[in-house]
Amino acid sequence: MPLVIESLVKRFGQGPAAREVVRGIDLRLRPGECFALLGPNGAGKTTTLRCALGLTEPSGGTLTLVGLPVPERARDARARVGVVPQMDSLDPDFTCAENLIVFAGYFGIPRGQIAPRVPELLAFAGLEGKENARIQDLSGGMKRRLSLARALVNRPDLLVLDEPTTGLDPQARHLIWERLRRLTAEGTTILLTTHFMDEAERLAHRLAILDQGRILVEGSPREVIAAHIEPQVVEVFGDWAGDSPATASGAAAWAARHAADYSQRCEISGETAFCYTDDAAPLLAHLAHQPGLRTLHRPANLEDVFLKLTGRELRD
Amino acid sequence: MNAFSPPCLTPRLFAVWRRNFLVWRKLALPSIVGNLADPVIYMLGLGYGLGLLVPEVEGVSYIAFLAGGTLAYSTMNAATFEVLYSGFSRMHVQKTWDAIMNAPVALDDIVAAELLWAASKATLAGTAILAVIALFGFAASPLALAVIPVIFLTGLCFAAVGLIMTAVAPSYDFFMYYFTLFITPMTLLSGVFFPQGQLPDGVRVVAELLPLSHAVSLARPLLLGQWPSQALLHGAALLAITLPAFWLALALTRRRLLK
Repeated sequence: MPLVIESLVKRFGQGPAAREVVRGIDLRLRPGECFALLGPNGAGKTTTLRCALGLTEPSGGTLTLVGLPVPERARDARARVGVVPQMDSLDPDFTCAENLIVFAGYFGIPRGQIAPRVPELLAFAGLEGKENARIQDLSGGMKRRLSLARALVNRPDLLVLDEPTTGLDPQARHLIWERLRRLTAEGTTILLTTHFMDEAERLAHRLAILDQGRILVEGSPREVIAAHIEPQVVEVFGDWAGDSPATASGAAAWAARHAADYSQRCEISGETAFCYTDDAAPLLAHLAHQPGLRTLHRPANLEDVFLKLTGRELRD
Repeated sequence: MNAFSPPCLTPRLFAVWRRNFLVWRKLALPSIVGNLADPVIYMLGLGYGLGLLVPEVEGVSYIAFLAGGTLAYSTMNAATFEVLYSGFSRMHVQKTWDAIMNAPVALDDIVAAELLWAASKATLAGTAILAVIALFGFAASPLALAVIPVIFLTGLCFAAVGLIMTAVAPSYDFFMYYFTLFITPMTLLSGVFFPQGQLPDGVRVVAELLPLSHAVSLARPLLLGQWPSQALLHGAALLAITLPAFWLALALTRRRLLK
């Protein structure tokens, strides 16, 4: 098993001031799958990863990383794990190739063994020919890709990525997604955290949504969507003429009056009403007669589930 | 894990040491010149300048007296700057330590590697200064070579004490307190520039306990071709400061990074 987490609890501080950041998480990764941990800021994603890697001691529960108990044997376990951290931590004093060679040294891999693999690792990260490039000269996307290559120097059984595509442009995100799919196809297990629902929907075989230190749902993206949300969404926005000119107002006013008649559930966020329904046809027919209101009809996605479960208010 | 549990070290720490060495090697020449210029200028300037006013100190020329002190305090400075500024930048700014901890290397190994590296770099700098001192003829006896282990031990000691500061520093500015409140007064009290016998009795008793005093007490006689009196005691004192200081620095670093 790549990673087994049982009843993980993590508290920071002591006594009455203690904050419980992880409150009983159970997780079991299957070999070769890509598992996504989703959650708003402060949900406990990074703390869970740090516990799993043995970088901080859990307050309760047990962890087993690539078959070894953590934190007791975390050092041995990490020999078979690759990590792409949230913040770039490349060595600015070294070139791209030196970053890989020196990092391999931390795994006890001698230079003679890693040096011949450097071109292949750089090519995997889309950094062909960048052996001698300095880190300062790389773009944000290139740095993240080099971090990915660095995480692969030890041919890990489990690759852990903390928000791998945050801050990247679409081209870089797609390249990273493609490479991660290639890795899972070759049998590497992947655990990633992300804010991007489309990332989780595209990549993850299974996912868990975390909030306030607990897992709210777990399953494949399709299962989670099917189980927790109506299949169709109609977003309604713009100006509503109202029943009379005196009551004319925005989409919220329309929703207060009519949404319940045509949808199972409706949420207002800013200027937009999100109507969730099993059958959008009657709603769309009604909206066709409401000049000023504009609509977007789409299938429900993971983001809808996420927002339903974790709420729409800001977290930080 | 208790933050004060004993250090758990593995040979992997040499991979971390090697990383610092490889970076240093890229800039070895400017680094050595930087470590060399300041103390050598001071030694020659004060030695020949003040030397005109002070014909002899403890039976030797002032510059010959100054050589041992210069060697000790510049070793201290080299180790201190390395763990404070470079160490803090690796720990906090560049996140180099975080990256290494994702590999099968524990924080204990990293902090120990920083300690050893700073002592090594201080030894490289100190040995270069020793060479200049020898060039000017103030280290004529072969006994002067015995000062190299003293340099290393001095480097270890100040690296360990400096790592405590690094462990608790919120930013680079914090280190200014360490220099103005500890390093500079100690340099003046440890017999670098004048014999400690000149100090009032009460001050002298305390000053003789300072780590730099032990380093000077070892380095000066060796450069003058004499075996230091109480050599073992001074060496043991440096070690007796190094070990608990390292332990405290490790505990504070664990508390900072492994939470």
